[in-house]
This record gives sequence, C-alpha cells and structure tokens, in this order.
Amino acid sequence: MTSTSEATPGKSRRWHRPPLIKRPLLRWCLWLGAGIYLAIAFGTLEVNWGRVLEGIPRGQKFISGFFPPDFVTNIDEIINGLNESLWMTITSTVVGIALSIPIGLGAARNLAPAPVYYFCRSVLAISRSFQEVIVAIFMVKLFGFGPFAGFITLVIATIGFYGKLLAEDIEDMDPVQAEAVKATGSSWLQWINYAVQPQVMPRMIGLGLYRLDINFRESAVLGIVGAGGIGVVLNNAFDQYDYQTAASVLLIIIGIVMLVEYSSGYIRKKVQ
Amino acid sequence: MLRLDKLAKQYKTGDLALKDIDLEIPNGQVMALIGPSGAGKSTLIRCVNRLVEPTTGEVWLNDLNLTSLSQGHLRKARRRMGMIFQEYALVERLTVMENVLSGRLGYVGFWRSYFRKFPQSDIDEAFRLLERVGLDHMADKRADELSGGQRQRVGICRALIQDPELLLVDEPTASLDPKTSRQIMRLICELCGERGLSAIINIHDVALAQMFAQRIVGLQMGSIVYDGPPDGLSADVLTQIYGEEDWEATIQKSGDEDSEENTEEAADTPARGPHLDRDHMAGMT
Repeated sequence: MTSTSEATPGKSRRWHRPPLIKRPLLRWCLWLGAGIYLAIAFGTLEVNWGRVLEGIPRGQKFISGFFPPDFVTNIDEIINGLNESLWMTITSTVVGIALSIPIGLGAARNLAPAPVYYFCRSVLAISRSFQEVIVAIFMVKLFGFGPFAGFITLVIATIGFYGKLLAEDIEDMDPVQAEAVKATGSSWLQWINYAVQPQVMPRMIGLGLYRLDINFRESAVLGIVGAGGIGVVLNNAFDQYDYQTAASVLLIIIGIVMLVEYSSGYIRKKVQ
Repeated sequence: MLRLDKLAKQYKTGDLALKDIDLEIPNGQVMALIGPSGAGKSTLIRCVNRLVEPTTGEVWLNDLNLTSLSQGHLRKARRRMGMIFQEYALVERLTVMENVLSGRLGYVGFWRSYFRKFPQSDIDEAFRLLERVGLDHMADKRADELSGGQRQRVGICRALIQDPELLLVDEPTASLDPKTSRQIMRLICELCGERGLSAIINIHDVALAQMFAQRIVGLQMGSIVYDGPPDGLSADVLTQIYGEEDWEATIQKSGDEDSEENTEEAADTPARGPHLDRDHMAGMT
C-alpha cells in the first residue's frame, strides 16, 4: 500500500469523458437551437380539445361496433381473400428473393467490378424509393385490379429489401475466409458457394422469413388500392359499415402475423 | 523451384511494400521469412499466388511465369501452391471435411463441388491427411467448434490436399500458445520433408524460425537485409532487421531450446507411425 501511495504524487488528476462536440459554444448553441425548434413545432400543433372530447364517445361507439367479430356471414369472401393473400405472399417472396440474389451479389462492393456495382446499386435504390402502396397504384393501372398487380408490387419491394441487406451482409463477411478459398484455385461460382454462402446463409434465412411476414402484412394494405388479397375484403367491409366482418379479418391478420413471427424466431435459432 | 525476379509492390496509397526483391527457393527448402510488422512479409507471399497483384517484376514457379497468367490459368497455377493462414481462415460454418475438401475445388467442376460429390480418391486422401494430423474423428464437426491448434491442422490439410509443390505459410503460429506453436511448426516441416515441398513461412517468432527452418530471410521495409542459415542470426543482424534492442537473450534462448528440441525430436522419431502420431497429437489443443 505504501508503495502505491508513493507512486501517485500529492494532487490527483481529474478525468471527464471527452464531449462529442469539442467546441463548447457550438455545443450549447446546438442544444439551444434544438430547444427553440421543438417549442415552435409544438406551438404550431393546434389541438382543438372540444373536438377531441366529442370524438371520444364516437370512438367508443365505433369500437363497440367491432363486437362480436363476425366470421360467419362473409366466410367465403374471407377465405377467398385470405387464399389470394397467402399465395401472393409466398410467390412474391420466393420470386423476389430469387431475383434479389444476383442483384445482391452484384451490389456487394467486394465482389463486383465498379460498373456492375453501380448498376445493381441503382436497381436497388429505385426499387426501394417508392412505398409499396404507390407502386401498387401504378401496377393496378398497368395490369388491372387483382392479385397479379399485388404480386408484382411485392416482388419489387422484396428485391429492394433483400438485395440491399444481402449486399451489405456480403460486404461485412470475413475477407480472410474468402481469401483462403480463392487461394485453392476455385472458380468464381465455387468461391461464392464455399466462402461467401456459408457466411451469409443464417442471416439470409432469417431475413427471408422476416420478409415473408412483411409481405403478408403488405398484402393486406395493397387490397385497399385494388391489388387483390384480404385487403379487398377488409376495405369492402369498412365501406359497407360491416365492422363485425372487418374485426374478424383484422383478428385473422393478427393471428397469421403472430404465427409467422413465432415460427421464424424458432427457425432462426435453429439455423444459427 | 520458386524464383522472384525484381518483384515490387506499390499499394494504391503509395506505400512501397516490396522493393525489387530477388529470391530463389530450391525444391524442398523450408525458408522462414522474418521481419517487423509492415516489412512486407504478407505482401510477398500474397504476390506469389497473386492474391495481391505485384506492381512490377516476375514470379516463376519452375518454368511457369505466374505474373503473366490470365485469370483462368492463374486458377490452375494456384492449385500448385497451398496456403496456410494466421487466423486459420477456415470457413467457420462448413464442416472440417468440407474445409479440407475445399482444397480440391480447383480440380473438380462446379456442380460436383456444389453437391459435395467429390471423387472417392479425394475423400480417401482427405481422411488420410486428417488421420495424419490426428483429426479424422472430427470430420463432421463444424470448423468453429475446434480449438486453435486443431483448426490450424485442418488448415494444413486443406493446403496439402491441393497436392502443391510449394507452401505459402503466413504467420501459422501467431494465434497459438507456445507449445502448440512448436507442434504446428514441427508438423509443417515434417510434412514438407515427407513430400519434398518447399515452403515460405512468415513468422514473428525468431526462436521458432531458427528451430525449424533451413534458411532465414530477413525483410525490412520491403528489402531483403539478411539471407542465410539460422545460426547466422547474430545480434547485429537482428538489429539490422528489427532495429535496436537487446538481442542477446533471444539468441541465447533459441540456442538452448534448439538442443532440447532436438533431443525430444530424436526420442519420438523412431516409434512414430501414423497411429501413434494421432495419440501424440491428440493432446494438442
């Protein structure tokens, strides 16, 4: 003990974590600016409390209209819509992932030469730049009402999502493992199969299941703009003030999303 | 024989990693390449199989000019050069067997390799090699389940199944404990002897290099500053390679260990068959 106290001289040095923004003036100005902006932003929100109060009983009536959920009256329509949605989901996920693999490989900087890289990156950027509903409106105009428009929309969305994440996962892979397989004299395809695929596979399986889940939920929305599926049933039910059928459709959607959620969690744990 | 002829490498950043290296390695010679970090050791061996493209100069493997080859011919030529890596560089999610068989990728077509339908002779050879390094019972384990020393032995099998003429070995012991390091170095050198392979071994541990290599080349700032026998490494030479430091202990120690190592070696050699060898290796971690 004596030796340590001898080692530290009389006055001990203070230490603070260095701040993220070094210049104190800039730091305080940013805080102040953010505070003023927030105050003004909240000031522009005009809340009419009278209307909020009026809305509450109307909301209660609306919600009580959902009960009891009616699965029976429009059962044929529901089953049809559900069938359409499920097929749309599965086919678009499979086709979308199949198409996004070559694009994802091309969009990985450590795999593709510059021209291929920029081409594939712009394909991904374009397919990600519009929200599904907007794409669906276009597709409905192109191909007419029905699930085919929804299918095409979801394929485009899946390419943007899956291709980008695949490319990013490939860029994050361990380069030494890849180098080692290349050093054996493997061809490019063998190299992809032996060095790249094992490294990205578990995550890509997980993301594929996640995309399946997203596509199902999207398929419910797409029906509202006429692109087929359970969404059409839901939309019709609302239009006809048939809230009990709408409630049953919503419950079915929740049930299926939860089912996919739990099973994908289980499968993901298995493939790690 | 491997011959480097005025080999130079300048990286895009402007760093001159290798400056006109001339080097000849006769068949069957195990050469250790020592030098400080950043001296260009890794770049040198990667320029040989062109994982790094040399800027100027030539690399000749026997009568083949590796630097002039097209991509297709380069792949064929890479089959003749096995590579062993510092962090083992096994594909972690593949099994031990798949990792070993990946050394045959240059010899089989895509669909055969895709369905893992390698010729029976390759599978026989893979088991023979795994048995030789004491890991044949681990064939179906995933590579990331193995310990460091075991992984490096799988890495050695992957390099040898290529049926190479030359081994390029990059810091094989840098992530291993001292005992395992020696065992791995001994294994590499024994296998080179059995098969008449020449090898370039990048290594930081001067004592290990002296213990196992027949020839030492010292690299400093991209130039060769020493080329000679292991016992020619004096304090002056080490200072020239690494810079000023008290080298007496290193040299002294290496001398002691060397003799001890030799007696140990002599003691196991007569009894060593493949079966005994596995027991001998089984304790390795």
